[in-house]
Amino acid sequence: VVWRSLATALRPDPQLHHQHTSPRERRAIRDNIYKNKRCRMETCFDFSRCQSGFRVYIYPPQRGDEISETYQKILTSIEGSRFHTTDPSKACLFVLAVDTLDRDQLSAQYVQNVRSRIQSLPTWGDGRNHLIFNLYSGTWPDYTEDLGFEVGQAMLAKASADVVNFRPNFDISIPLFSKDHPLKGGGIGYLTLNDVPPSRKYLLVFKGKRYLTGIGSETRNALYHIHNGDDIILLTTCKHGKDWEKHKDSRCDRDNEEYSKFDYQELLHNSSFCLVPRGRRLGSFRFLEALQAACIPVILSNGWELPFSEVIDWRKAAIIGDERLLLQVPSITRSVGRDRILALRQQTQFLWDAYFSSVAKIVLTTLEVIQDRVDSLVSRNRLLWNSLPGGLYAFPQYSTDPAQFPFYYAVLGKSPTQQFTAVIHTVTPLQSQISPVVKLIIGVAKSKFCAQIVVLWNCDKPLPPRNKWPSTSVPLTVIEGQTKTMSSRFFPHDVIVTDAVLSLDEDSVLSTNEVDFAFIVWQSFPERIVGYPARSHYWDGSRSRWGYTSKWTNDYSMVLTGAAFYHRYYHYLFTHHVPPSLLTTVDRMANCEDILMNFLVSAVTKQPPIKVTQKKQYKETMMSQGSKASRWADPDHFAQRQTCMNAFSHWLGFMPLVHSQMRLDPVLFRDQVSILRKKYRDIERL
Amino acid sequence: MYPSGKYSSRGPALIPRMKTKHRIYYITLFSVVLLGLIATGMFQFWPHSIESTADWALDKRSVHDAPLVRLPVSSPIPERGDLSCRMHTCFDVYRCGYNPKNRIKVYIYPLQRFVDELGVPISSTGLSREYNDLLSAVSDSDFYTDDVTRACLFIPSIDVLNQNSLRIRETAQALAMLPRWDKGMNHVLFNMLPGGPPDYNTALDVPRDRALLAGGGFSTWTYRQGYDVSIPVYSPLSADVELPERQPGPRRYFILSSQMAIHREYRAELERLKEENGEALLLLDKCSNLSQGAAPARKRCYKGQVYDYPQILQESSFCVVLRGARLGQAALSDVLQAGCVPVILADSYILPFSEVLDWKRASVVIPEEKLSEMYTILKSIPHRQVEEMQRQAHWFWEAYFSSMKAIGLTTLQIINDRIYPYAARTYEQWNNPPVVKWSSVNSPLFLPLIPPRAPGFTAVVLTYDRVESLFRVITEISKVPSLAKLLVVWNNQNKSPPEGEKKFKCPECTAIDGLSLDQTHMVERSECINKFASVFGTMPLKVVEHRADPVLYKDDFPEKLKSFPNIGSL
Repeated sequence: VVWRSLATALRPDPQLHHQHTSPRERRAIRDNIYKNKRCRMETCFDFSRCQSGFRVYIYPPQRGDEISETYQKILTSIEGSRFHTTDPSKACLFVLAVDTLDRDQLSAQYVQNVRSRIQSLPTWGDGRNHLIFNLYSGTWPDYTEDLGFEVGQAMLAKASADVVNFRPNFDISIPLFSKDHPLKGGGIGYLTLNDVPPSRKYLLVFKGKRYLTGIGSETRNALYHIHNGDDIILLTTCKHGKDWEKHKDSRCDRDNEEYSKFDYQELLHNSSFCLVPRGRRLGSFRFLEALQAACIPVILSNGWELPFSEVIDWRKAAIIGDERLLLQVPSITRSVGRDRILALRQQTQFLWDAYFSSVAKIVLTTLEVIQDRVDSLVSRNRLLWNSLPGGLYAFPQYSTDPAQFPFYYAVLGKSPTQQFTAVIHTVTPLQSQISPVVKLIIGVAKSKFCAQIVVLWNCDKPLPPRNKWPSTSVPLTVIEGQTKTMSSRFFPHDVIVTDAVLSLDEDSVLSTNEVDFAFIVWQSFPERIVGYPARSHYWDGSRSRWGYTSKWTNDYSMVLTGAAFYHRYYHYLFTHHVPPSLLTTVDRMANCEDILMNFLVSAVTKQPPIKVTQKKQYKETMMSQGSKASRWADPDHFAQRQTCMNAFSHWLGFMPLVHSQMRLDPVLFRDQVSILRKKYRDIERL
Repeated sequence: MYPSGKYSSRGPALIPRMKTKHRIYYITLFSVVLLGLIATGMFQFWPHSIESTADWALDKRSVHDAPLVRLPVSSPIPERGDLSCRMHTCFDVYRCGYNPKNRIKVYIYPLQRFVDELGVPISSTGLSREYNDLLSAVSDSDFYTDDVTRACLFIPSIDVLNQNSLRIRETAQALAMLPRWDKGMNHVLFNMLPGGPPDYNTALDVPRDRALLAGGGFSTWTYRQGYDVSIPVYSPLSADVELPERQPGPRRYFILSSQMAIHREYRAELERLKEENGEALLLLDKCSNLSQGAAPARKRCYKGQVYDYPQILQESSFCVVLRGARLGQAALSDVLQAGCVPVILADSYILPFSEVLDWKRASVVIPEEKLSEMYTILKSIPHRQVEEMQRQAHWFWEAYFSSMKAIGLTTLQIINDRIYPYAARTYEQWNNPPVVKWSSVNSPLFLPLIPPRAPGFTAVVLTYDRVESLFRVITEISKVPSLAKLLVVWNNQNKSPPEGEKKFKCPECTAIDGLSLDQTHMVERSECINKFASVFGTMPLKVVEHRADPVLYKDDFPEKLKSFPNIGSL
């Protein structure tokens, strides 16, 4: 009643004063003011350099450059990425050959006269479009963020970043990692079991140094207050450095003794929460260790800009505490419910595996974050960054709409489109109306789920005229490949608009029933490959390498893409994520493209493909009915496939294939009921 | 009474400097001080007596009855905001405390009318309708406390929503006079229209010490990430206009520009786009000759044709929200309400509630310099995605923009999430519209584990009194190598379970098989399904047509080489 008499605060502006300032002028003024410490992408980054794509150039090392092992890993990661270019004129981003990782003057790794080295670079330009990596800044006793040279307009990818000096959406906070951190692949997370209730022996643990001089130890000094020797084990030691005894305080002896009683690994594996207090600097090694161990980090490091905080939602994987409230930590951790512990713990494993387990992942994440900024219209939203399989496998250049990917149907409450596109890879000429490919087209077109058929004409012979192809009820498109290479069968053609792709070899033999059933199954597993003939891998101990087998065994880890359903996104991933060198290998041998696709999909999903049941004669017909030129008849073919396995796992740094013992059959398959009651009768008929 | 307590504490420091000839004077003073101390002490025992006067609520008192406070010219002025302020440096968490509800307590100062020494008010509007709405909403919420001693966050009842109506210096002095000001610690100021001509700063110009700012037009240079809260500029049309529900989908226009104060350079650019793309674009401006009585805020014109605003926004897929003198624009709110996807051109603008809202799902942000490419950029977005963004945009408005209450409580929730991060709302809670929340599946065991180092499984056998069949199950299942534990749930109150020794022999067994074939049994189970579905509000069960079998199941293959040869055999 009273408010009726109140005036509004939000009257439109009295008159339009701003009509006098030109937007162009305003931008020019802005670009001049906000430099160096106030850099943002719009004022300190030259976007015009990136018009030909996001390419990263590394300066050639100069004579006498000492590059640490860790920095070399960073450079190698960039060189191995799809962003790398050797042509500075095409580069959007420049990376120094000078090692700037350790800027602690007292460190042995400290590189002298970085300042003059950088200034002498012809394209330095006050650091514009440059990226500088740093793990350690400042030195004893105060460990400031000083690097010993001017960063200027260069972006800083820095560990232990302080929110106050951090230039938001310009700098990047990276995690502190040790010199033993692997280049690629990386250790898997320790969580192999979701035990419910998710309780572990300890609630909260920590084991680390306490500093007797210099900054950084207030919180660590106070830890003994909440250590209870029972389920909260917080251990510190004073023993480090040469003259620790000179500075030792009254607690040192007691603390040191307690410290030696517990094994760090034992604590890490058996605790629900791991304390990550700041050390000398804001970030500490404890962070990644806890993450890998599925020990939920409890971060006590006020002012720390968490690693990749621009994209990662840390609240889903960690407890972000406040150093001032150390004494509340026990009650906070005890108050976290079981379901939340379960969720937090799993998220630690996802994040560890997606962004942190190797140097290459950390570097790639850094580059992808920058690429998202450079073309913000084609960038990942937070869902893509924070759910499986993570930003390094979800490319916004394919789509910025999560519903277009195979991974997010469940979280978005959606389902894939109800139709598929059959893509038939053809390498032999069309001989007659009884060619296997003609029968295949007719059979597939009869499926009620088939939206269209695409024939990829990868044959040297000229394209047959339109009237040679069978007439079908669904649209039939013939695409003549430009390169006619094996890898081009997975090219993401614009004509493929359905979520599902049915990939076929021309000599595959499939009944409409089989197609329908496999598609129905795929709808339940849209992120996996669903198909018929399966193969397996094994570790060949005698030759210390991976082996490939086509024997009928009780399990399998690959499904051949000569007859398989998968999501169309994998065409994009295959073409744009796999390094060109591997694609060349595949094309040269005209072999292994199916193995590579299986590697890729399993690396993304961490899951095996799915084999569905097939008519018994399938394997035989496939081998015999194929034309003489069939690559399956070639004895070298099999040997090559062994080689491929090892080349692919080398690329990934690990073996992604996962075995499965399961085959999906129609519910009444071979059950003792009348065939008339069965929906997929053909599959049982011989 | 509070100030008296403050002065009294200075008393003891004066006493040593006392001269004998002024003894009487000092004794008098001492008595006053003593009285002051006693009074302060009494207040400590009666904290509730403070509450009653501290209650700002308007139902007890009208705005015009609020006490008048005169600001001395020399009254202290707070320092300008400190750009390095963060929660861990400028916010006193000890005031928030640990509480099982994980909820901050928010105190609102009682309403006062501040005037300068000449009696001129510090603000031309005083308490505005919008700020009153916001304060009422907070006082009605769970956040509110009328106990100043228990408060974690303080909201002044000094209205600073619009800087234009404020006298900067006097407003700052008034803030500093607040009894708990304490360098602005734990105070939050709500401001939607910052800056003034000619520069229009992007944050409130009123000096405010460490107070955190919920501001409506932050740029990346004034916004203290993790400390300030970026809020929308509320559109008064939200309360006045109810737009008909409109499903996402194709609209009559592709791009609509409806703002009135667009710089002529930008308007020229938009005109150029219109020339190139014709009917797909609709460029509206203010109406030059409206009939008497028409509200100019509710009309837009193009070449003499009059359109109703904001209704016309519903006719377009995308709506341009260009910066004006300020970065924050009330038009954003109107556009979202209409379910039109905002195309935001305001370089370095911190979008409202960007700490928690994922704007990439609801908007398109284009650098101002790329205005000329807008059409091409928007054309490249697939229809399906546009519809998704339309839905998301409207949801953002409904949940976070639609009223001063929504804006105020969202701000407090964001601050609450920072103070109790372990109890914070999740990304999904903030961003998923209800339709997604209902239909999505978030398994608590979402991680594909590789390889599961499983410790086997626990078999749970529910039994009533079919002991024979129970024993058969136990005998069979105990052969399984990966069985870790077997749990039998005896579900029969009238009979005690067989003793341990007799476990695998059963003399008194009677076969009561075929229960599940019983007709009434089936009917009952159908009823159960209907009952459950009605409780769930939907049928959660899904139909699949596949069954998992071992890889070589019923294959023509030597049985002894199969891992699971017995499956399928009776």
